[in-house]
Amino acid sequence: MSSANHHESRPDTLAARVKAATGISLAQCYQCGKCAAGCPVSEEMDLTPCQVLRLLQYGQDKYDEKAMRSAGIWLCLSCETCSTRCPQEVEIPKIMDVVRAEALKRGIAHPKSKDILAFHRAFLDSVEQTGRLYEIGLVANYKLRSGHFMKDVMLAPKMYVRGKLGLLPHMIKGTAAVKRIFKRTLGSKG
Amino acid sequence: MSRIGVFTCHCGENIAGTVDCPKVAELSRQIPGVVHSVDYKYMCSDPGQTLIKEAIKEHKLDGVVVAACSPRMHEPTFRKAAAEAGVNPYLCEMANLREHCSWVHEKNEATTQKAADLVRVMVEKVKHDTPLTPIKVPVTKTALVVGGGIAGIQTALDIANAGHQVVLVEKSPSIGGHMSQLSETFPTLDCSQCILTPRMVEAAQHPNIKLMTYSEVEKVDGFIGNFKVTVRKKAKKVDEKACTGCGLCVTKCPNKKIPDEFNEGLAFRPAIYVPFPQAVPNKPTIDTANCTYFKNGKCGVCSKVCPTGAIRYEQEDELITMDIGAIVMATGFKLMKTDKFPEYGYGKYKDVIDGMQFERLASASGPTAGVIKRPSDGKEPETVVFIACSGSRDRAKGVPYCSKICCMYTAKHTMLYKHKVHHGQAYVFYMDIRSAGKDYDEFVRRAIEEDEAKYIRGRVSRIYEEDGKLIVKGADTLMNGEPVEIKADMVVLATAVQSQDCSEDLAQTLHISYDKYGFFAEAHPKLRPVETNTAGIFLAGACQAPRDIPETVAQGSAAGAKVAALFSQDELTREPIVAVVNRQAPPLFSTCTGCFLCQTACPYQAIEQEEIKDRSGRVIKTVAKVNPGLCQGCGTCVAFCRTKAIDLAGFSNEQLFAELMTL
Amino acid sequence: MRIGYYPGCSLLGSSREFDESVRAVCETIGLELVEVPDWNCCGASSAHVLDHELSVALPAKILAQAEAAGLTEVLAPCAACYSRLIGAYSELEKNPDHRAKVSEIIEMPYTGAVKVVNVLEVLERFADVIQAKAVQPFARKVACYYGCLLVRPPKVVNFDRPEDPQVMDQLAAKVGATPIDWPFKTECCGAAFSVTRTDLVAKLCGKIVDSAVKLQAEALVVACPMCHSNLDMRRPETNAALGKDLQIPVLFLTQVIGLAMGIEPKKLGIQRHMVPVAFNAPTGAQA
Repeated sequence: MSSANHHESRPDTLAARVKAATGISLAQCYQCGKCAAGCPVSEEMDLTPCQVLRLLQYGQDKYDEKAMRSAGIWLCLSCETCSTRCPQEVEIPKIMDVVRAEALKRGIAHPKSKDILAFHRAFLDSVEQTGRLYEIGLVANYKLRSGHFMKDVMLAPKMYVRGKLGLLPHMIKGTAAVKRIFKRTLGSKG
Repeated sequence: MSRIGVFTCHCGENIAGTVDCPKVAELSRQIPGVVHSVDYKYMCSDPGQTLIKEAIKEHKLDGVVVAACSPRMHEPTFRKAAAEAGVNPYLCEMANLREHCSWVHEKNEATTQKAADLVRVMVEKVKHDTPLTPIKVPVTKTALVVGGGIAGIQTALDIANAGHQVVLVEKSPSIGGHMSQLSETFPTLDCSQCILTPRMVEAAQHPNIKLMTYSEVEKVDGFIGNFKVTVRKKAKKVDEKACTGCGLCVTKCPNKKIPDEFNEGLAFRPAIYVPFPQAVPNKPTIDTANCTYFKNGKCGVCSKVCPTGAIRYEQEDELITMDIGAIVMATGFKLMKTDKFPEYGYGKYKDVIDGMQFERLASASGPTAGVIKRPSDGKEPETVVFIACSGSRDRAKGVPYCSKICCMYTAKHTMLYKHKVHHGQAYVFYMDIRSAGKDYDEFVRRAIEEDEAKYIRGRVSRIYEEDGKLIVKGADTLMNGEPVEIKADMVVLATAVQSQDCSEDLAQTLHISYDKYGFFAEAHPKLRPVETNTAGIFLAGACQAPRDIPETVAQGSAAGAKVAALFSQDELTREPIVAVVNRQAPPLFSTCTGCFLCQTACPYQAIEQEEIKDRSGRVIKTVAKVNPGLCQGCGTCVAFCRTKAIDLAGFSNEQLFAELMTL
Repeated sequence: MRIGYYPGCSLLGSSREFDESVRAVCETIGLELVEVPDWNCCGASSAHVLDHELSVALPAKILAQAEAAGLTEVLAPCAACYSRLIGAYSELEKNPDHRAKVSEIIEMPYTGAVKVVNVLEVLERFADVIQAKAVQPFARKVACYYGCLLVRPPKVVNFDRPEDPQVMDQLAAKVGATPIDWPFKTECCGAAFSVTRTDLVAKLCGKIVDSAVKLQAEALVVACPMCHSNLDMRRPETNAALGKDLQIPVLFLTQVIGLAMGIEPKKLGIQRHMVPVAFNAPTGAQA
């Protein structure tokens, strides 16, 4: 019989992290490409979803890194089209979340993720401060973070006249509790 | 006092590697009743068996314990050796020192001690063994073959040609099965009907084959060599003897809008119909569910036009019971329907068809006379997409297994399409090409290289209709998962092969096992592929798993050979390990009180009621009686019996207690 | 009849008309909405990108607040909120250890006593009432657009069929509309990329709007604020990407139902849309 350690995978691979965080085994994927076929944004991706999974299946640092450095992972909309149709029941959006979080942690996220990240961070900033999303605050914060100052400037007045812009943030009573939730989860990552 | 011999086997290193065999032999010698004990390297070898035989004669042994491997492995070997030396074979027992000891323990003192204990237990059993005689049962030399597709036809012909009687039962009005629906067959592209119909006719005309179409198995009792089978012969509402098969009724039937099963719903048939022109028997059947006369009592056109007065509206189903010696199940498969695919439109797109429907479009006897026309508007499709693994290898929404035949028939479809639509383009979405078989891979290469089918490695995520085209959204995994969109005129799904809807009910009727997908289970996946776990019942073809024609025919012949071998004997010998209800002197007669709890517990319907009468014929007592032909020796009745009136021959309560007490 | 109500952030701002129309319709059919006290944001499409635990804790807090208020069922009209809430519910349902951990994070007991429902599910229960009250049939050809989050992932939401869903079509038909059979019901509109990748959103919305118009729909009907803002507010970019000038209006299903029930258009927030709600021939209800 072969050595008992033969099949033990290294605990520091991305695949192992995915397994620990989501319970999904990368070995389930048999590379049929149905995810890439149905993905609304796969044409825009440098690595299609099935390629990301393929890289992770190796369990080797250089391929893990290639997946984490890709721009494509930041385009995943979590629309769940892939997971709904996957014949092997692989929940790809959950895997994408893990790969993105890991890329951020290691500071190797693709430069193109900058705007997308800026938006998500601005969004969460707003929620952390007031407990709810303050849309004007979000846009202002996003512009600061991304440097896209002119983005949608023509939209705001139109929204205003239609009563779609709340000028003041809604503060909830439990703001302090929400702040503590952020501290316990996101911690210093934000 | 017994004279028992103990023979301890080393099984090479298998036992001797962890058990001290000479020590076991030495300890065994000290057991009361044991007069001879030796160990040997390979007891099952010729010299080993000779050693046992000579010891029996020399030491006048009346019982033997072979301490070796599992009785499943070599019990017959050693019992035969004992019998040859004059000891009743059921006084030879095996102590399993291999699976129960040496393979599962480390080498040490305790392991050897356990081995010695196992021997001591079996010595106690032998002391309480009684000589048993194998049971003889007669064999009815008529076989029942269930299913009239190519599997059943082949099986029936082989049994019939071996000189035995066969009853071939088919649930639909004609034999022929799925093979009769196919256009051409891989890997030779010979016409399916051309090779099948001669076999159908041969089966129908064979003097040893009795054909029962439009019939279903209703009930099966009995056991190997002695089954009693009840078949429901459904009313065709046509007197088969009077009918000449002229077909006038079929032509005149006013109700012609019934989806035609033979053409997979791509054409219509009348309410009185012959499934297809080459049907056997070539006589019509009335589909009462769709016949106007049966729905509201009006019409009766067929009866009026029939020149021989063969229409019998009053005809009823018949239940026919027959004696059968062996049964072969050849009930085939079904294909998953296109409505099972949400992302491919839940079956709502008329031009998304399954593989069998494409066969009908390509068949000269089909609704388009072999011209490829798409179902929605009858146009010739210029781009056809074939999707392999539709529902197969899909544990989320389909079946996890490979349907085995689709790779090959899809390659064939692309060829047939190209041969008929020269300017057409076929695309195949596939995951793997599984073409292991004689001339199979060459065939697929031909589809790609000569008939220019474009193979794209990837699954299709979605199909939808836009501007009269079917938009097929797939990906090419050989091109980094690049999305591929094809505007197709028709899409053919190679849908999964599944067990027949009735398979589970049928399996329960026959008491045979089936797997979780409803396919009948073979007795051993390698060594007993056409037998079931129920003696006397065999399997052929796709009722066991997805199979192509060559494999199905081979299996049909294999099952036929098994039946012929069974029928080569006039009597069957069975193990005498059966339950026995005790008998005692009057006035008790038996400790059985006649509660018949055993009768309800017996899984084999082997327990009967027996009346004990006095000389004047008066019933004194009714007690249980075991039919040794049906009893499988499971012992359930023994456990249930409240008065300990039942015992299992070879495994009596007394023996088992003796075994336990020695530990 | 009462039900818990979680409007979510969008319904206070950019999608006020969804909130207005849900409230108006519920009032008419006799369903009392009890707002979850002091609710917070669900984290929407941002939290899970940055931290999984946060994306579970924020919705769990909301459900725990509802539980504390004695509610057993919460209606989340916003499809994004619905998706986050039911996603967290489903994850915590499967894993009791996780429940305990989350309870600590949110400083409140979470037991999973509160069920989450979407707006289509709730309206479906009142289908007959809605039909009876539809005094001014909305006699238009409509393209019902479900988007991603109401039907996916099917194992979590367990609602309607994942491809070619039917509930919204059936409800629209109850108030006199003719739903078209079209292939883009559940194709993604680009969701949260509205601001960051407007180009992508325009491209994806282009396919959806173009297909609806080609199949002669007079209105797109939605039940998700993100879908609405992408299809409505991003119409200039969408039209530019298509090189067309498509003016098909986008209505929330509750607005369609409200109009058919004769509710004042202003009360339903019809005037708040970027693409004006106007129809060519006066064949049915007018806005």
